[in-house]
Amino acid sequence: MKTDIILAGVGGQGILSIATVIGQAALKEDLYIKQAEVHGMSQRGGDVQSNLRLSDKPIASDLIALGQADIIIAMEPMEALRYRHYLSKDGWIITTSNAFVNIGNYPDQQAVLDELREMKNVIMFDGEKLAQENGVSRSVNMILLGAASKALGSISFEKLQDSVRTIFGRKGEKVVEDNLKALELGRQCE
Amino acid sequence: MKLKTDMEKRLLLGDEAIARGAIDAGLSGVYAYPGTPSTEITEYIQDYCRQEGKTLHNRWCTNEKTAMEAALGMSFAGKRALVCMKHVGMNVAADPFINSSITGVNGGLVVLVADDPSMHSSQDEQDTRFYGKFALIPVLEPSSQQEAYNMMAYAYDLSESLKLPVLMRTVTRLAHSRGVVEIHETRAENSLNPVGGSRDWVLLPAIAKRRYASLLERQPEILRLATESPFNSFKAEARRFEMGIIACGNTFNYVNECYPEGVPCPILKISQYPIPVETIRTLAEQCDSIMVFEDGQPFVEEQVKGILESACSIKGRLSGDLPRQGELNPDIVRGALGMGTLPHPEVAKNVVARPPALCQGCGHRSVYEAINIVLKDYKDAKVFGDIGCYTLGALPPFQALDSTVDMGASITMAKGASDAGVFPAVAIIGDSTFTHSGMTGLLDAVNENAPITVIISDNLTTGMTGGQDSAGTNKFEAICRGLGVGDEHLKVVVPLPQNMDEITRILREEIEYRGLSVIIPRRECIQTLKRHAKARAAQKE
Repeated sequence: MKTDIILAGVGGQGILSIATVIGQAALKEDLYIKQAEVHGMSQRGGDVQSNLRLSDKPIASDLIALGQADIIIAMEPMEALRYRHYLSKDGWIITTSNAFVNIGNYPDQQAVLDELREMKNVIMFDGEKLAQENGVSRSVNMILLGAASKALGSISFEKLQDSVRTIFGRKGEKVVEDNLKALELGRQCE
Repeated sequence: MKLKTDMEKRLLLGDEAIARGAIDAGLSGVYAYPGTPSTEITEYIQDYCRQEGKTLHNRWCTNEKTAMEAALGMSFAGKRALVCMKHVGMNVAADPFINSSITGVNGGLVVLVADDPSMHSSQDEQDTRFYGKFALIPVLEPSSQQEAYNMMAYAYDLSESLKLPVLMRTVTRLAHSRGVVEIHETRAENSLNPVGGSRDWVLLPAIAKRRYASLLERQPEILRLATESPFNSFKAEARRFEMGIIACGNTFNYVNECYPEGVPCPILKISQYPIPVETIRTLAEQCDSIMVFEDGQPFVEEQVKGILESACSIKGRLSGDLPRQGELNPDIVRGALGMGTLPHPEVAKNVVARPPALCQGCGHRSVYEAINIVLKDYKDAKVFGDIGCYTLGALPPFQALDSTVDMGASITMAKGASDAGVFPAVAIIGDSTFTHSGMTGLLDAVNENAPITVIISDNLTTGMTGGQDSAGTNKFEAICRGLGVGDEHLKVVVPLPQNMDEITRILREEIEYRGLSVIIPRRECIQTLKRHAKARAAQKE
């Protein structure tokens, strides 16, 4: 079974941390992994994306072909839309509804959300509000990962939790707890 | 080889796999200047040394040329050295690189160059394989993270057996993609064993002629090694095919992606150069046409056209079957193989580009604000930019730059334009770029007291590549004075919005001075500032 994931967001939103957590968990599940990302200029408030591919069989390409992504995980609604044409027929989009407006020509926000809702399988929620209400305002990315956990069929929720503990461990117990809480919050999002 | 029991499998970036491969091959030192997408190689080795208490050389160098020469020096001394750079860095290192194939090596020397097809973070998409052909040495091009890891031990053995440097070329898609890598035992470093009793490394014409002849004599052997390389693969077929494929480096993966049940025609994978001529002739005999997939420029396609006398038609980037520019991907490869794209949703309507921008609170912002305020009053002013975060000053809201070409070109281009009569001519260059390639140009300007204003925007780091040490930190006034810049026209300011009156006053005065001025706006990069504050807080805990 293969799972092709596109992660999208704006530099600094923690997209690559989501990729790292999934990647470590997949390694523990003994899956094959390819994860392509673009560093460099994109870190300065520009768009950031990563192609993450998991499979129980060897994976050839580092990049996902058009119409082949099983999941798009996005920290920002326009960034989710940017990769819409990569989504497979039954694929899922999991995104926050929080527009990150750092450019003058950002499209009409309602139009962005409406275009997203046209898609067949979309989980969209106000990640910032949810994070703030629960005192984990710096962990919106882990809420999003929690929300995507059901779509990540080949990785158990427990492995994701272990991975959060490993990756955030050196930042202290509080950071680990916040991120685990965020992961659980996301899991409840429908 | 035996696997390490405690870390058999790791999830590594292509860059990290290269670094780990070099360490496990008995590396004694890495020499590099940061450059996307090669930076993480040296950073991995730095982390490794910190964590494992090792003392392999791992400090950043001033530029790629100094890095290449220092690595050659380590090789001279008998030890294994790695030098890493991005593709345009090779232009800077080209002099010692080409001549290292004439001196040859003693300890193994691998020159790692990361190309950036599609220019994700670069000003051109030059293909480093040409440099390998130019220098007449073996070139390796891995197709996966595991292969990149395995190739390093192979590359060092190859280098020491041929007594030549080995060039390894990678591309952004491999350098910045993670995969699972199995790791082997670490080989011991070579012991100190400098070249002795020979003048082979003294490249006087008489000696160089002899050395070059020896390099030419070894070409058939270098070709044989590529033809028999464990990293090249080809299976001869008994029957005839309409099409055959040559896939170089990571494009091999895209072809495999298109054929999950196996590639239904003869395919030659090339991961070691020079191109295996006889194998290509065999392929051509079996096929009516050959499709060449390669990331970068049509390096192989052009050569294949040259060696084949048969009627076999060659398709690729030159024939128009593949785009002439930009990196390949599974969709482009599918199209070229006549498979069409897979069904997919329409491209969304409500999406616009989100270009990168200077960080909020960045000192470069105040510098550009000052430049724009002052130059409003000089309608003929030209601003010559350079390579770094501050290149983003070309984009809105500042739109302050008239040129950005290569490391250091701001100062020298401003001088040349000024020589031609442009006034005011302003150069803006970052601290790390200045020590990389700006100092020599500044000396030219000093020697003629060129009427230009040079702004060295010092954020105490190499910012664009993620905050690596900058070679000249705390030395800039001394460097400028040493080169001959007079104290009365060497000014330091703190680029903060509240200092705007002072900064614009000084900038105006120095533009009005019809001689050379240097202004150094200095304030730490806010990204490294945050990181340092976090590190200090963590230490207190």
